[in-house]
Amino acid sequence: MNGTSNQEEKDRRDAALSALTNRTPYNRFIGVEFERMGDELTARLNYSRKLIGNPAIPALHGGVTGAFLEITAITQLAWDEVWAVMEEGGPKAAEIDEGRFPKMPKTIDWTIDYLRSGRARDAYARATVQKAGRRVANVRVEAWQDARDRPIAAGHGHFLMPEPEA
Amino acid sequence: MTQPPFPIAAGAVVDEAGMIPLHGFPHAEEIGMKMRAEGMGKVLVTIPYDEKLVGDVETGVIHGGVVTTILDTGCGIAAISRTGMPGGIATLDLRIDYMRPSKPDLMLQASCECYRVTRSVAFARGFAYDDDPDDPVATAAGAFMITGRGGR
Repeated sequence: MNGTSNQEEKDRRDAALSALTNRTPYNRFIGVEFERMGDELTARLNYSRKLIGNPAIPALHGGVTGAFLEITAITQLAWDEVWAVMEEGGPKAAEIDEGRFPKMPKTIDWTIDYLRSGRARDAYARATVQKAGRRVANVRVEAWQDARDRPIAAGHGHFLMPEPEA
Repeated sequence: MTQPPFPIAAGAVVDEAGMIPLHGFPHAEEIGMKMRAEGMGKVLVTIPYDEKLVGDVETGVIHGGVVTTILDTGCGIAAISRTGMPGGIATLDLRIDYMRPSKPDLMLQASCECYRVTRSVAFARGFAYDDDPDDPVATAAGAFMITGRGGR
């Protein structure tokens, strides 16, 4: 095994994930990033004062929390697709290296359960793809702050998967 | 129509369309969110188009998270207006159904109403649109816990 090329492969994947996240202006605006450990993604919402809804508590805006969960779900679905294309190699994998990505999934419906007030600090989230159908995917997401077993919000919903490109 | 009791800071400037900026609420201010009471338990909320809110660079369509934000805010304010308890409500859940992408360059609007209140829960619904209220971008339904005491 060539250890250097394995690390190069990891760097290539990390670069693709970073490009996939940062190409969306809204992700940059609210400050969402993804950390990858193998095939497991964790989203991070970097705290800034502009994310505060009610300054009296102070608490993250419920819409921002909902958006963070939805971004986590969409990125997980898109990343699964990107990962498969990169594994396959060939011209489509080369396009991803150049920052050209397959079409993103579209949200059909999205439900957010607010479990605890989101505090004025970073938040984290992980998505589970419960069903990855050819046309529709069902995804569940949980977000937390200080403790993984004390989620601040949970989301679930359906996403329309892009038509495979010819 | 009489303005219901909204938690609006003193000195907020009303624009020519009667829209009031959500002054003192950091995220609302950051994205230029404004509101107008449409009667007890009813509210219109707007967010101007802004490139930083784009979710799809190829089409310029606003991110779904912004649609969630406008509907969460609208339904929340509607519930506060109906229950008369600013700060005394907490969102339990919110469901958003997406009908179509919003059109680039157009202001996003949301019309929301709190249609039922029980002793402890307020129910609200709303829809988001850009140029035509009969052609919604998304619809929403939410439940809010009334945590404050007194007033009712």
